[in-house]
Amino acid sequence: MVDLKIQLAKLQLKNPVMTASGTFGYGTEYADFIDISRIGGIVVKGTTLRERQGNPYPRMAETPSGMLNAVGLQNKGVDYFIQHIYPEIKSFDTEIFVNVSGSTLEDYIIASEKLNALDKIPGIELNISCPNVKEGGMAFGTSCLSASQVVKAVRRVYKNELMVKLSPNVTDIAEIAKAVENEGADSISLINTMLGMAIDAEKRKPILSTITGGLSGPAIKPIALRMVWQVAKAVKVPVIGMGGIMNATDAIEFLLAGASAIQIGTANFIDPIVSIKVIEGIEAYLVKHGCSSVYDIIGMLET
Amino acid sequence: MLPGQFVEVRVDNSPNTFLRRPISINFVDYNNNELWLLIQIVGDGTRKMSELKVNDPLNLILPLGNSFSLPQNTKSKVLLVGGGVGIAPLLFFGSYLKANNFECNFLLGGRSKDNLLQLNEFEQYGQVFTTTEDGSHGEKGFVTQHSVLKTQHFDAIYTCGPTAMMKAVALFATKNNIFCEVSLENTMACGFGSCLCCVTDTTEGHVCVCTEGPVFNITKLKW
Repeated sequence: MVDLKIQLAKLQLKNPVMTASGTFGYGTEYADFIDISRIGGIVVKGTTLRERQGNPYPRMAETPSGMLNAVGLQNKGVDYFIQHIYPEIKSFDTEIFVNVSGSTLEDYIIASEKLNALDKIPGIELNISCPNVKEGGMAFGTSCLSASQVVKAVRRVYKNELMVKLSPNVTDIAEIAKAVENEGADSISLINTMLGMAIDAEKRKPILSTITGGLSGPAIKPIALRMVWQVAKAVKVPVIGMGGIMNATDAIEFLLAGASAIQIGTANFIDPIVSIKVIEGIEAYLVKHGCSSVYDIIGMLET
Repeated sequence: MLPGQFVEVRVDNSPNTFLRRPISINFVDYNNNELWLLIQIVGDGTRKMSELKVNDPLNLILPLGNSFSLPQNTKSKVLLVGGGVGIAPLLFFGSYLKANNFECNFLLGGRSKDNLLQLNEFEQYGQVFTTTEDGSHGEKGFVTQHSVLKTQHFDAIYTCGPTAMMKAVALFATKNNIFCEVSLENTMACGFGSCLCCVTDTTEGHVCVCTEGPVFNITKLKW
């Protein structure tokens, strides 16, 4: 038997495969397709202090080997989550993280504090990297100073696993990673989407209502791999890698680059059972290579 | 499967067909175990689908979305208005209406007679009226200019096609106080309520067309 368990600070996942925020709903959307309990962890949709309607349609543009989105954190707010969604999902036998975003420092603090009280939410993913909101979001994650401030403030009120999700839209992602590690992040996930744009040449207009949006999918995988490798070398806390993972081989590449776990995002839209295939594929790879634990490949890139 | 629902088709082996394609269910032939999809070639995805041969496998997620609702009054006289490839779900719905003993009429529009598809199939389920912009088939003009809208009364109207056409049909229905449902075709990434990309603005805020729709009563939409 191969041991797929991985450790994130105090929290153990049954395997290194998680689903990324905004690509897996609240898990319930996928219950018709897969057994949710087989997944290592799920990160539910970006949640803000107050309800957000998100950006106007059109919010999506398909691009070569990827897609742009400009959803803009549409959600019903943290109180609605606690009252209506949490009761429905708390019995899922997997580790549920809530992705938390905000327009102000205060928003992050209050929302995180409320989630701290939930028994079956062992962690939050602090989203300082959403490119699709006018205020806050990515603005917090693109300088060491503001990233430090928000992590420091949330760390004070949030006692469980604090994962911080970084933006790739920066000059030196390793510096930001070190800054959030210093302020008490338990783990670091990356990358959020790359800021991009699509144009309809016939109409001479942008395709997205917001003009720019976040690029995801295999198109960004080489950038994500490079950044995960850089960050894993720079910090001691576990790194959770994501960006264009479509299959087990992609996932294994992230593990080799130094990620302790991975998140599957856009692929969930195309193949709703992909997370299970990736878990099985990682296990098969480990068996084939005579490994007894997934730790036999984490960070084992030979350079 | 119900009329108005759709499928998500996977088109592999091209970087330009990364996402699945949402396609309306055109018809379900339970006797022959057939599901019909009517495809208009608009890009790489639909072109690749058009190149499929008999017995080629196709990866689908189905059925997705809600469905057209049957009129409450069984004596209702129903009009289905379609434009272009938007006629696709109306064939399945027409067969369903006929099976449920409703009087069903079709008003189908296209740029010219070559754009009017499946007329023989539609005629099996009700009377068919047509318009073409060049006058090559039926009355010349747009569907909302057809004389049948003045000469006959309908109790319920259902429409699918270009947004401008559906808005004009919805306006006609609103003015005449007629029950009306439209089927929207917003671009989607997933098709099952996960990505939140296909939203339309409604009286209840942004809702996903893939799960709350694609069929909406016009009184709910903020057009």
